[in-house]
Amino acid sequence: MIQSIDWSLVDWSRAQFALTAMYHWLFVPLTLGITWMIAMMETIYVKTGDPEWKKITQFWMKLFGINFAIGVATGIIMEFEFGTNWSNYSWFVGDIFGAPLAIEGIMAFFMESTFIAIMFFGWNKVSKKFHLAATWLTALGANLSALWILVANAWMQNPTGTTFNPETARNEMTNFWDVLFSPVAINKFLHTITSGMVLAAIFVIGISAWFLLKKREVRLALRSITVAAVFGLLASVHVALTGDGSAKQIAKVQPLKLAAMEGLYQGTDEAGLVAIGILNSKEKREAGDVFAFKIEMPKLLSWMAYGDPKSFVAGINDYKNGNPEQGILSTPEKIQRGKVARDALAQYKNARAAGDVARTDSIKTLFQDAAFKESYFRYFGYGFMDDVNYYLPNVPLTFYSFHIMVILGFGFMVFFALILFFTARGEMQDRKFWLRLAPWIIPMAYIASQSGWIVAELGRQPWTIQDLLPTVAAVSKIDAGAVMVTFALFAVTFTVLAIAEVSIMLKAIKNGPKNHGGTK
Amino acid sequence: MGGRILAVTTRILNFYIDGFRNMSSWGRSVWIIILIKLFILFAVIRIFLMPDILKKNFKTDQERSMHVLENLTQNQQL
Repeated sequence: MIQSIDWSLVDWSRAQFALTAMYHWLFVPLTLGITWMIAMMETIYVKTGDPEWKKITQFWMKLFGINFAIGVATGIIMEFEFGTNWSNYSWFVGDIFGAPLAIEGIMAFFMESTFIAIMFFGWNKVSKKFHLAATWLTALGANLSALWILVANAWMQNPTGTTFNPETARNEMTNFWDVLFSPVAINKFLHTITSGMVLAAIFVIGISAWFLLKKREVRLALRSITVAAVFGLLASVHVALTGDGSAKQIAKVQPLKLAAMEGLYQGTDEAGLVAIGILNSKEKREAGDVFAFKIEMPKLLSWMAYGDPKSFVAGINDYKNGNPEQGILSTPEKIQRGKVARDALAQYKNARAAGDVARTDSIKTLFQDAAFKESYFRYFGYGFMDDVNYYLPNVPLTFYSFHIMVILGFGFMVFFALILFFTARGEMQDRKFWLRLAPWIIPMAYIASQSGWIVAELGRQPWTIQDLLPTVAAVSKIDAGAVMVTFALFAVTFTVLAIAEVSIMLKAIKNGPKNHGGTK
Repeated sequence: MGGRILAVTTRILNFYIDGFRNMSSWGRSVWIIILIKLFILFAVIRIFLMPDILKKNFKTDQERSMHVLENLTQNQQL
């Protein structure tokens, strides 16, 4: 077990990473989603030749450009943090992160920078069709960039297609396709990009509604709302479907996260899904009185997790104390197994230091043995801490974030359906309540989007890599004060940049479609 | 062949130069922000505040792997 842990170092490093990731994620979903709508609008322009559609395309392209410019390179700070604050982690993951991130970097550079330049500088300089192709390729490039990041993230949630090499102390890729096409990665990618589409559709509707309220740019606003409502409704249905797929994957590979998402302490057959609930205090929850209030839909959690309304869904206590009937190991048992794996690694290190080649070869073979990997190494991360509670995620944060995301997600679906209904009946301009409400839905979309990542990342705590590397072992041994200083610096920088973005964005919205595009 | 490559390169360069020269005011504003941000990121944060610890402290991959092995097995009872 790790002794004399500097918890302030671990906590500040986590806080700093969370701050950076959440700030980065303010910009990404709009970029992912709005590029598709811009491409659709430009396609209509090219098909119809109607200059109003060109104006509409250029207006949204301007807002995309502002968002893209302010957000660009904010993700690189996370890579800096890997090297500085999480050096054990960044070494341990080996080429699993290196390969996808290198592909992402090359794709982002060649696809996005080339085609974005054509999008903004190419009006009247390249043919209409070539420009349209560049716009579609920008959308495709941006979303494919996200693919590689999400593949890397999915591997951390469910390490697959790799093997640990004690000689290098790194995980090495054994099957690239297993990493790329892991069901967790596919669901995560689809769920993430479609949630970006929903956010972007809400953004377009909200701003268009503001124009309608101000009785400005009416044609632009009505046409934009039509495109965004159709796009948003389709995307929100897809978000729900991929969310269901993600839940099934979580049930399989991170069942403790699922239990935390639902505040399920005691496993049960025919488990109900809590639609709305208020959790009791930690003491009460651990004593079995979990909810102060809840509305539950019977059997739905069993169905959502395993596709069978009668199936057993394990609770937090089942993972903490074990449930032999369901074949679930207790956390103390996993801790023991993790220690065996750490012990083998320690012996390897000592044999290597002593130059005992026979011993190092024999232990290296052990780490390649399927039975050892399945029974011991897969619990390697449990060997770092003796406290059972350390391995439990923050239940209230995970539960509330999940429910905020889901409730808002279904709310957005209804919102798009209503907007589409009013638009189809030609009543959108007269629906003052909805026009006033629509701009306020934009921050709701950002809250839902951030909540999704809180579920994904906090729900899997304490792991940086599921079951293999907890945060206490992943963190670099540096001065906690230095992390606090950079945290404060980032907080100030991010706030200034966010204010700059909002100011430029608001000014661009107020100006409307004049001064469009990237050039005069 | 060489002349054709040069012509294409010149056209591409002119495309970018024209684009930047005729950029609108909002385009200039965001480019200023991008440049300031990149300067802060790479010239300040990367160099002075957030170095790659393993690259900075160890010369070879073998030394780095030994260091991480040491960290991963620290205090483990043998």
